Amino acid sequence: MYSEKVIDHFTNPRNVGEIEEANGVGQVGNAKCGDIMRISLVVEENIIKDIKFKTFGCGAAVATSSMVTEMVKGKSLEDALNITNSTVAEALGGLPEAKMHCSNLAADAVHVAIKDYLAKKSKV
Amino acid sequence: MRRIYLDHSATTPVDPQVAELMMKYYVEFYGNPSSVHLYGREVRKALDEARTQVATLIGADQAEITFTSGGTEADNIAIQGAAKSRAKKGKHLITSAIEHHAVLDTCKYLAKNGYDLTILPVDEEGLVSVDELKKAIRPDTILVSIMHANNEVGSIQPIEEIGKITKELDILFHVDAVQSLGKCPIDVKAMNIDLLTISSHKIYGPKGVGALYIRKGVRISPLMFGGAQERKIRSGTENAPGIIGFGKACELSGQRMKSEIPYLTGLRDKLIDGIMSRIDNVKLNGPRGQKRLSNNVNVSINFIEGESLLLSLDMIGVAASSGSACTSGSLDPSHVLLAMGMSHEVAHGSLRLSLGKQNTDEDIEFVLEELPKIVDRLRVMSPLYNKTSC
Repeated sequence: MYSEKVIDHFTNPRNVGEIEEANGVGQVGNAKCGDIMRISLVVEENIIKDIKFKTFGCGAAVATSSMVTEMVKGKSLEDALNITNSTVAEALGGLPEAKMHCSNLAADAVHVAIKDYLAKKSKV
Repeated sequence: MRRIYLDHSATTPVDPQVAELMMKYYVEFYGNPSSVHLYGREVRKALDEARTQVATLIGADQAEITFTSGGTEADNIAIQGAAKSRAKKGKHLITSAIEHHAVLDTCKYLAKNGYDLTILPVDEEGLVSVDELKKAIRPDTILVSIMHANNEVGSIQPIEEIGKITKELDILFHVDAVQSLGKCPIDVKAMNIDLLTISSHKIYGPKGVGALYIRKGVRISPLMFGGAQERKIRSGTENAPGIIGFGKACELSGQRMKSEIPYLTGLRDKLIDGIMSRIDNVKLNGPRGQKRLSNNVNVSINFIEGESLLLSLDMIGVAASSGSACTSGSLDPSHVLLAMGMSHEVAHGSLRLSLGKQNTDEDIEFVLEELPKIVDRLRVMSPLYNKTSC
């Protein structure tokens, strides 16, 4: 049911963890639905220098989280904001239909983290 | 790669003896059992024998067995058929919150079509209370449908006690025994059961065959009309190879039962004890000991989600199942776990390992060796897991 890429990212997830000195953090989903994704990132001069994720969820949830961190690392905030949940799913060679709405939230989590960074920055 | 099948509550492999016998009835004895000629008669004879084999395993007479396409059809005939035939007497049905959907959804369908339905709650071990049942009974109650053993958490219900009550009050008693057949002794007479659903593929028989026991004297309206097979209860040419295979599977199951129950119970408890001692923050779902099906292990592993657990197990060759939403095909986790009072998040992390006769001590040891590693890996990824306890 899952593509090879999904299985690869599930088995060898990239960028797992939490960055203590992160300047942007974003969390989406809730445990009731069975999916929570937390992204922490470090932005320097408009570029995502470092990013890590922690995810509670199914194979698709883990794989999309891992994929999105690879896709946005080193990118500008504008480029990262242009990456959507469906671009992430595409990059993974597609997701089963049932997973498209429930477990495909990773880009949302990145966007929330970026907004968190921007909000903190504007306060300074 | 080593492959370990721990999903016997989903289905079992067909016993080679069963498959061999069935093959003869596909290629050699292929007559229609309703035919007058020899081709038909030789199959009819084999069907009669299968009927006796099935009846023997549950303490019934062969005339009380109606073959169906499986457990789901038997549940539907029992519940819809009983509701229709007793509609003049009353329209109240009682079932439990942890029934298989074949029962629960059939009852809910009737509730939308003029019947009243009471769904009994269960306690945190997944057991129906006899007192709650007594309280729910009304003068217009016509049918009580309670499963023998739950398919997810293995809780064995107080069927004998319920049977006494329903018999005294002349209420029909239907029992879905799909999971308990071959794993618990069943005696429909001693348990005062009027209608009993069983299925072939859970006991090393073929898929697509089941049976409904209908106690002599109980009238059931059919759902299907046609050639009047199975005493008009289930029209349609009999699935002869399947039925004959089911009969053989019942015979073999009856022979094995005495040794198989303690064998599986031993493996079960070793698995439960091992998981509980090697993994922290884990909870056993369902009762311990005698009230638990001999082959069922179900645990909730906190902070991780069931489907990712299944995927990880699958990668090392272990087949299991989960009550997580991702595996139930809906957004909600298992209705059974929720009915037992479990929170959504804990229910999402449930893991069912159901044992079978081919499983060995080594299989259990392998799982006990590998499962904690998988849990650790997934917990490191989980935002719910407390960092200080890593």
